[in-house]
Amino acid sequence: MNKLKSYAASKRGRDSLLSYGIVIIAYIAMQAVIAGGGLSSSLKGQLVPICAYIVMAVSLNLTVGILGELSLGHAGFMSVGAFTGIVVTTALADAIPSAPVRLAVAIAAGGVIAAIAGVIVGVPVLRLKGDYLAIVTLAFGEIIKNVVNVLYIGRDASGLHFSLLSQRFELAEGGKMIINGPMGVSGVQKISTFTSGVVLILVTLFVMLNLINSRTGRAIMSVRDNKIAADSIGISTTRYKLLAFVVSAAFAGMAGTLYGMNFSTVTAAKFDFNTSILVLVFVVLGGLGNIWGSIIAAALLTVLPELLRAVSDYRMLIYAILLIALMLFNNSGLKRRIIEKRGLRQMEKLEKADMAGKGGA
Amino acid sequence: MPMLEVTELGISFGGLRAVDELSMKIEQGGLVGLIGPNGAGKTTVFNMLTGVYRPTDGGIRLDGENLIGKKPNEICRMGVARTFQNIRLFPNLPVLDNVKTGLHNQITYSLFESLTHFGGYRKKERAMDERALDILKVFDLDGMASYQAANLPYGKQRKLEIARALATDPKLLLLDEPAAGMNPNETAELMETIQLVRKKFGVTILLIEHDMKLVSGICEYLYVLNFGRLLAEGTPGEVLKNPEVVTAYLGE
Amino acid sequence: MTFLNHLISGVSLGSIYAIIALGYTMVYGIAKMLNFAHGDVIMVGGYMCFCATAYLGWPAWMGVVLAVVVCTALGVVIERLAYKPLRMAPALAVLITAIGVSYFLQNAALLIWSSNPKSFTSIISGEPIPLFGGRLSISRITIVAVLACVVIMAALSLFTGKTKMGTAMRAVSEDKGAAQLMGINVNTTISVTFAIGSGLAAIAGVLLCSAYPTLMPTTGAMPGIKAFTAAVFGGIGSIPGAFLGGVLLGLIETFSKAYISTQLSDAIVFAVLIVVLLVKPDGLLGKHVSEKV
Repeated sequence: MNKLKSYAASKRGRDSLLSYGIVIIAYIAMQAVIAGGGLSSSLKGQLVPICAYIVMAVSLNLTVGILGELSLGHAGFMSVGAFTGIVVTTALADAIPSAPVRLAVAIAAGGVIAAIAGVIVGVPVLRLKGDYLAIVTLAFGEIIKNVVNVLYIGRDASGLHFSLLSQRFELAEGGKMIINGPMGVSGVQKISTFTSGVVLILVTLFVMLNLINSRTGRAIMSVRDNKIAADSIGISTTRYKLLAFVVSAAFAGMAGTLYGMNFSTVTAAKFDFNTSILVLVFVVLGGLGNIWGSIIAAALLTVLPELLRAVSDYRMLIYAILLIALMLFNNSGLKRRIIEKRGLRQMEKLEKADMAGKGGA
Repeated sequence: MPMLEVTELGISFGGLRAVDELSMKIEQGGLVGLIGPNGAGKTTVFNMLTGVYRPTDGGIRLDGENLIGKKPNEICRMGVARTFQNIRLFPNLPVLDNVKTGLHNQITYSLFESLTHFGGYRKKERAMDERALDILKVFDLDGMASYQAANLPYGKQRKLEIARALATDPKLLLLDEPAAGMNPNETAELMETIQLVRKKFGVTILLIEHDMKLVSGICEYLYVLNFGRLLAEGTPGEVLKNPEVVTAYLGE
Repeated sequence: MTFLNHLISGVSLGSIYAIIALGYTMVYGIAKMLNFAHGDVIMVGGYMCFCATAYLGWPAWMGVVLAVVVCTALGVVIERLAYKPLRMAPALAVLITAIGVSYFLQNAALLIWSSNPKSFTSIISGEPIPLFGGRLSISRITIVAVLACVVIMAALSLFTGKTKMGTAMRAVSEDKGAAQLMGINVNTTISVTFAIGSGLAAIAGVLLCSAYPTLMPTTGAMPGIKAFTAAVFGGIGSIPGAFLGGVLLGLIETFSKAYISTQLSDAIVFAVLIVVLLVKPDGLLGKHVSEKV
């Protein structure tokens, strides 16, 4: 019985440590491969985006897998994070000379602003259910894209200047446009590194794994499993839905900053509906609620099109066929039977234990 | 003052009067049955008591405090817990976590501690585990704490739902057909457990059943509902003799 | 007069959205799935008509017929191969599969027709019809689009309301299991629904390309999403709702472009959708279904 009592805390603690260990080992292995020159330059260029997509997938898994609500606008928060990060790093370029520190501040800012966007989107959206909620998150994602597309931000000696729709300010001598409407941002100093990406993954994992194994996480999962029952045992379903949504948005924002600071040119169109869908594909293929699944799916599927370069013209077609085939296999009778068998076995074991328990007592 | 006081409660769905002028008084520590044929409006009464439906008229007071207009989760925090006719567990969570979710407002720690596991996290989680296992033990479910709730057999799922409700430390426990789908042996065992629960947790119980014989064994007082209206009330002996009740159950 | 001009082009665009939304709503009502590939069927319809008229030199009406035939068959094949095996699977699995189908269609089109835009010749030739002594003009394609939309809406209402197959569709949409027990062939019913939805997509594709004559592999994507929005707007599953939603969406988009901002018109369309859903969570004409406790 004692074993059972400490079951929750210690077993899960060990699992988390194992997770961090695997990420760190993977990082060291990658560094070794890079040092050995075993990585093509196109794959090397994918390292930071892979980290960003992993964080995106893990954070979306919080909304879709753990909270159980379908979001089709996750890229919107990524966009908010990316552009916040760019504004912050440009504004702080002189104040913080150290690039890693500047990046850390930018990522934090990206997370905070995306969280605020998460509240603004979440409060109305989370009142809706199922497919309606999905279409409204899609709508918000597109709205964010459109608004960022008409955003003009510049900086000169007198500070930051904003305007919407068209550039309505004049920059003083030596001033610089940061965000230039549909042209987006260009000439960004690329300060994201693979190392910073891995650190962000570790932070995301730390928070997500802790959250899942906590009273807050259980409350969120109870809302997913049965909203009415959760409400009946004193859990404010609106509060926990919003909380999960906002945490998810915050990490998407941080991923966005990481991603944005990896390219010299960034436009709002990069973070559109297709990006949201791409991340959703990672989450579903990795398994709902399965954090490791998200990580592996995000990494593999980001690299896959690169690996398929040999068949360049056909690679996206192959990607599509693989996607359909995987979904069909995942839900095939074969796989269902395997899972059912496992459930049955647990039930049988339970009945046996029950009989034995009764006999023993 | 009675613990639960329901006065002239009524609710309409469109033109349908589902419950009308229902008045009930339940004393602290009581074990009371709400009975009636199918479709009499019993579950609707529970849904009004727990804030799932808002009554069109009448009043509900728990220890003198008004419950009308409060959200289900607020009503739970005021001390009313319930089970559902169609079991509503958290099927993907382990048995233990189902009960720990019920402890959500009993043993608490901050969001920061949730996200970082710093501070009192370990101590509080251990306290939750212990409390949850204590409750599960009452229902003989402690040996299955790590199983997924969906994999429990039906009868045990019903028990787990009661265990989860008890974890919220309620003053008043509402059980909606707790014996539905059980065989006579299981039912007898469950009725014993319910009486044990009342003693051990010091909780007042209102339970719905449509099998009158069943409740007459353990309930001290019965309310009989028919077509949304109170048909009779009294001790099981009185109610069972009431000719109107007999007609409602057996027909003319 | 400019206002009237905008009104006319809004109704024209709205009619096309409505035709797509009608297909969307039929499929959603019955299969309860967000068919993200629907927009790409529109694109295939456009290319079919383009190939028939531009490469084979067929008359326009034969191009339309070819588009409808190919898309109807395509819809049925997609349903059989990709969605039918997932009948019992979680909704998200079907959604991702639909996205896979969408990627497939877009990339197949990319390989066949390349990413270079094709300039589509309108299926309706002739000068715009002048009104009010030439101060206002209506293009012929507008008239055709509006007429087609009204006829399709009426036909669909009659079909689902009066015919045996229509009744079967409504039954399947309410409860697949019960419908099956009543002797309805659920698989056939779903196939017919996909056939109708995809056929409508083909017509919408031809009309869309006639009104906005650039054709690319991604042509269908945005109209697909917008039409889906329109269907939700009107109350998904409802035929009059899809019609109303489509027309309103076209009007809002056109007026936003004209009077507020071209770049923000999509944002405004989506913002209106959000406001409508917050006030009426089941759309303008949708039925409310609440969970029984």
